[in-house]
Amino acid sequence: MSHQVITLPGAGHADVLSVTHADEPKRPRSWSRRDVVELLLSAVAAAGATGTLFVIMDWRSLVAATIWWFLLFVVIYRIEVGANHGPIVAADRMMTATIAAGGLICFALLVWIVSFVIGKGLPALRPGFFTQDLSKVGPLNPGGGALHAIIGTLEQVGIATAVVVPLAILTAVYLHEMKGRMAPLIRFIVDAMSGLPSIVAGLLVYTIWILQFHRGFSGMAGAVALVVLMLPTVTRTSEEILRTIDDGLRESALALGAPQWRVIARVVLPTARSGLVTAAILGVARGVGETAPMILTAFGSPKTNLSPVTSPQSDLPLFVWSLIRQPNATQIERAWTGALILVFLVLALFTIARVLGEASFGRSRR
Amino acid sequence: MVSLVIVGATGAFLFWYARPALKAAGWWGFFVHSIWNPSAGRFGVGGLLIGTIMIAAVALLVAVPIALSTALFINEYAPPRLRRALVGVVDLLAALPSLIFGMWAIFALEPHIAGIAKWFSEHLSALPFFQLTDQSALLVKSTFEAGVVVGIMIIPIITSVSRDVMSQVPREQCEGALALGGSRWGMIRDVVLPFGRSGIVGATLLGFGRALGETIAVALVISLVFAPQPHVLQSGSGSIAALIATQFGEANAQARSGLVAAGLALFIVTLIVNMVARIIVNRAAKRGGSRIARITVAEAVDDMGI
Repeated sequence: MSHQVITLPGAGHADVLSVTHADEPKRPRSWSRRDVVELLLSAVAAAGATGTLFVIMDWRSLVAATIWWFLLFVVIYRIEVGANHGPIVAADRMMTATIAAGGLICFALLVWIVSFVIGKGLPALRPGFFTQDLSKVGPLNPGGGALHAIIGTLEQVGIATAVVVPLAILTAVYLHEMKGRMAPLIRFIVDAMSGLPSIVAGLLVYTIWILQFHRGFSGMAGAVALVVLMLPTVTRTSEEILRTIDDGLRESALALGAPQWRVIARVVLPTARSGLVTAAILGVARGVGETAPMILTAFGSPKTNLSPVTSPQSDLPLFVWSLIRQPNATQIERAWTGALILVFLVLALFTIARVLGEASFGRSRR
Repeated sequence: MVSLVIVGATGAFLFWYARPALKAAGWWGFFVHSIWNPSAGRFGVGGLLIGTIMIAAVALLVAVPIALSTALFINEYAPPRLRRALVGVVDLLAALPSLIFGMWAIFALEPHIAGIAKWFSEHLSALPFFQLTDQSALLVKSTFEAGVVVGIMIIPIITSVSRDVMSQVPREQCEGALALGGSRWGMIRDVVLPFGRSGIVGATLLGFGRALGETIAVALVISLVFAPQPHVLQSGSGSIAALIATQFGEANAQARSGLVAAGLALFIVTLIVNMVARIIVNRAAKRGGSRIARITVAEAVDDMGI
């Protein structure tokens, strides 16, 4: 940007530059060596100032240091660029640095959280964690595992997925393929459902399933709550997927004389298959980590309960939730290992969904 | 109409089972008083309601600048490969369970929060919110800490909604601004942000709604107090969702009725916030230019699936 802007009024005393480089082609977004030097100098100066500040004040926190460093850096950088290139370039550079920091913060947070969970959870991860439950071990004894929670998560999320996926795909087909008269309305309902706080969804299932129909806490009740929460996600993602499919495909099938149901069943859905799988996986990734509604529906239990329909059942989030709040190291260690498995599940599902999604996106574009 | 029925049914069921507690506490008193003593039949979520809103407000202060920067960086600055990576990062941040954020906050973030809160209380105590009633008070498990965590959790939704809105800016206008000699920041300030303003407001309100309903992370982080706690840095805060999550396991029928009533209060508040969001976005849409933006708000929200 540096060389282009200097001809504007108020560009300060950078005009010298414009004279020397007047005949060169201008690449407003390229960085000259001089720009890089300015950036690095400001960064180093800010780091020095932060270091001094922290030594004098005897502060410790790395987070606080980063915040201070960034504030100082922005000020120094602005002054330096302002002196060399004038105020417009200075404002531009300063905002570039600030905006880039946003992306950097997100990345840093993700890395910090995931690495922290791995660091905390890995030490207690042993094979027994997958084959034992907590019914026979005391809170202070070593051993025990999350078998009951893993079974619960598999059953609850499995049931919820089995209900959600067909329902969501049918709804998406109705919304995008049939474009029925009820479509705007149904879309609105799906919107309203997605805005529902998950704990309220849990309370809703609690009042209807457990208080109204006296079914008692069970994995099934948890699965119903998951259906309420996963349905909007999967429906709208599926609709987006159907939207990416070329209309030419539908039209050629219709032109060949196929009835609409056949077009949908034999052309649209097979074309969208991997995209729809992506939608389902994203829904599962969301359901796996839901904790709040499960407290009110599945309730949790330290025993292995194979049946999803009778008596309370645990799942991974409930396992972690009940142990992390206990005041002893063994339990907290177990909770972290449970959290590690959860994070691993979410990361794995997410990666699979992304790879599949990219594959389907690439194909529909071709 | 059907949506009204669904919303109405949710309200009706919650209301029906909240009735015993509401009757015991008094209809108005339940939302105004700050007391939780189920065995005596005394309920009141006034303080928790205020705490819930304060946590969400702190969350917005944390999330909006970061989310907007990220959105602008992805849309306007990042080269294609970096853009795809960053979109993945933001989506993944949205996909991590609330439980994980809460645990990370207690074990990793809390020491830093304590230091930052101390600095705020020493240097910014001119502001009433940053004052401490007790100089030796603990500076963790506070509204501030919960707000920071919830703020981090709502970054993805605000980022993706405002990103979708801002990507609808007519490209010719952006190029026009650049061709007139404007800097990239000048273009963002004068073209992208004014165009996306209503969408950004909508995104912020959606983030606010999410922050109000955030349960597990808040429940893990704060130490729950029922009285209103206006001092954001001091230990102790209130949240309706956290109340329900932490008290449900040990509660008897009477107390659970109280919790359903508290959930009803939360439901009403989130409903109001969502409606206000919709009104603001619709009004902005009527002024023109933002019709596309309005559609993408709704779509983007569902894409996120948080």
